[in-house]
Amino acid sequence: MKLIKALILASLLLLASCGESKEKAPESSNDSAKEKLAQKFGLTLFELENGVGPIKEKLDLSPLDIEMASRGQKLFEEKCASCHKLDERFTGPAQRDVIERRTPEYIMNMILNPEEMIAKHPEVKKMLAMYMTSMTYQNVSKEQAREILEYFRKVDKEK
Amino acid sequence: MIKNKIFTLLISGFILGLVFTGCSNQQEAGGTDEAAKRVYVAPGQYDEFYTFMSGGFSGQVTVYGIPSGRLFKIIPVFSQDAETAYGYSEETKAMLNTSYGFIPWGDAHHPELSETDGVHDGKWLFINENNTPRVARIDLTEFETAEILELPNSAGNHGSPFITENNEYVVASTRFSVPIPQKDVPIKSYKENFNGTISFIKVDKTSGEMSIGFQILVPGFNYDLAHAGKGPSHDWAFFTCYNSEQANSLLEINASRNDKDFIAAVNWKLAEKYVSEGKAKKVAANYAHNHMDEKTQTAVSVMNKEVLVLDPKDAPGMIYYIPTPKSPHGVDVDPTGQYIVGGGKLSTVLPVHSFDKMIKAIENKEFDGDVDGIPILKYDAVIAGEVKEPGLGPLHTEFDDKGFAYTTAFISSEIVKWKIGTWEVVDRVQTYYSPGHLNVPGGDTKKPWGKYVISLNKITKDRYLPTGPALCQSAQLFDISGDKMKLLLDFPTIGEPHYAQSIPAEMLMKNSKKIYKLEDNEHPYAAKGVKETKVERKGNEFHVTIGASRSHFTPDNIEGAKVGDKVYFHVTNFEQDWDIPHGFAVMGNRNSELLIMPGQTRTILWEPQKVGVYPFYCTDFCSALHQEMQGYIRVSAQNSNPEIKYTLGE
Repeated sequence: MKLIKALILASLLLLASCGESKEKAPESSNDSAKEKLAQKFGLTLFELENGVGPIKEKLDLSPLDIEMASRGQKLFEEKCASCHKLDERFTGPAQRDVIERRTPEYIMNMILNPEEMIAKHPEVKKMLAMYMTSMTYQNVSKEQAREILEYFRKVDKEK
Repeated sequence: MIKNKIFTLLISGFILGLVFTGCSNQQEAGGTDEAAKRVYVAPGQYDEFYTFMSGGFSGQVTVYGIPSGRLFKIIPVFSQDAETAYGYSEETKAMLNTSYGFIPWGDAHHPELSETDGVHDGKWLFINENNTPRVARIDLTEFETAEILELPNSAGNHGSPFITENNEYVVASTRFSVPIPQKDVPIKSYKENFNGTISFIKVDKTSGEMSIGFQILVPGFNYDLAHAGKGPSHDWAFFTCYNSEQANSLLEINASRNDKDFIAAVNWKLAEKYVSEGKAKKVAANYAHNHMDEKTQTAVSVMNKEVLVLDPKDAPGMIYYIPTPKSPHGVDVDPTGQYIVGGGKLSTVLPVHSFDKMIKAIENKEFDGDVDGIPILKYDAVIAGEVKEPGLGPLHTEFDDKGFAYTTAFISSEIVKWKIGTWEVVDRVQTYYSPGHLNVPGGDTKKPWGKYVISLNKITKDRYLPTGPALCQSAQLFDISGDKMKLLLDFPTIGEPHYAQSIPAEMLMKNSKKIYKLEDNEHPYAAKGVKETKVERKGNEFHVTIGASRSHFTPDNIEGAKVGDKVYFHVTNFEQDWDIPHGFAVMGNRNSELLIMPGQTRTILWEPQKVGVYPFYCTDFCSALHQEMQGYIRVSAQNSNPEIKYTLGE
């Protein structure tokens, strides 16, 4: 089992380094460049922007729901805080400003579907190469991921 | 005269054995391209069957894939296991509690899958412990031991744990007769003072929880094996016994004198009725009942203080003896429930009794005397047929889906295939060597899946690369889909593969649990998230409630412990992803590592003896930064008063 794990890790790292070399593809607002990048990784433009996973359409975000955000906070503390702090790099990146760095759909897909995100998405491969530990699946439901997202929306405003 | 016959039998067996040993390498049905194709499961593909094997004197259960013979898991049951901390961690120690105190080892014999309508239902696996009589239940969603029940008034729990068609009862009979209740008497007063018992263990339909329904006190023979009836014989269970001579010394000769011993037929439905009518006596007893609490993931052990015992004298019509030649070992009921096969170790024929004839013989009172009031049925009134030349030392029989039976012959090292109804032997094949039990998938149920027979061999001798005096035991897989049995594969086993049962993979795969949900963890020292991690002192107990995730412990710098403390590390695995266990060990811990599944909390006790700073680390390679997953605990002098501090990343 351990050998298999080691092999998987090695291949992930390999994938990650592949991702890095491809990172040199021009990152611009130029749609055709984005299309090329998406094509290169076998993604749609939506997936490149919003991640791969169960969230396949743009969310309709209503004004901040404080109660939902506090449920999200509890979940974050139980399931995420071992690796993510709000304001400092830990096992994974700091989360306070995540809502500014990623689209809401991308955040939810990353929580709900980390394995496929790691395997397919160039941005996640880049992150893996940087942090060396893969984002883990934490058995969070779609509804719970939405609550965690609400918590991120709240903390971003508290800067 | 009889003695001579046995000798001749044994010696001819020996000679045969030697002959087979000598030419073993010349007969190779396996190893051909065709056999290789039949057992090859391509990388990433799944096996067709799960096979649960007893680990015999290892005390555990092993899980194999068939046809590949690949080992997937060792499930710790009756023996401590330092790899998983079973029997070492604070949560699992109580599973091994008995009325004799904590026992770190057991002798596991017969795995038995639960049944609905006489067919495997994939819920639980039961297995007996022979030495300190116990029965365990393994949960087949977790593949972990969920419960262990000790049996009072029992010695040598060998004829166990065989199950009735709808898990109504797990039956268990005593190999050794002893004074019941135990008392200080001369061993030579055996005939006067010794008894056996047959236990009927109730199984809760939904939870699977076991409790002793009742026990039947039986004459002081050696009760060996059992099988419950099915279909028409649903209400009955059958138990072989030997030593009807009631010898208490040199049994190999003294218990082999009688021409026939018995199969005891017990009408458990009637026994149940007698119990409900108050015919059973409440007897004082002391026996442990241990189970894993699902919510706290911690074993709870309770001592039970009484048991109901039925005396056949108070229960007419409940039990009969069927004469069966020469120290019968296995007793196996065919898929129709009509035929009861007795494996007479020293017999030259394999007797098959008829259930219908047995009922008629009872109705017509065709008796041949009695033992302590238990009627002995007339052999000729019950026998359906005899299989001639079943090999030397026939032990156990299982059945396929086409009306054939397969019997192991221990002395002549072979499996003999015969037809139910005509009793003629249609094929025989060598095994390497000395098979005890055998297993056809579903082969002791109403619906055998057939296809393969697995021979469970006691001796391997020259079959594998030698490993010094201690050699592995083995299983051999035969194809039984055609007229002739074909050897496909040899594979080594852990401990003695005493008996095995197999079930189609798809019946279990879909229910296999992947993680324990962190939110459902009700362990009193669980840390549900980093906020709940803490370190606290309670007298000389120092409790470290710590979390593990890739690739650090929270906290990982701990101060405040003292020499002489009992330091409890309660480690919660924060991960919620499949196949991400973490391990834990601290320098100098004198028990075992911990292996903690996702969402689980496990505790190990550490008793530091010298001041210093000691490292702890994750023992299960968990991530690329596994080598970084470590921490320190500081131990101060016994008479000091160190401040408790715990941090991460400072």
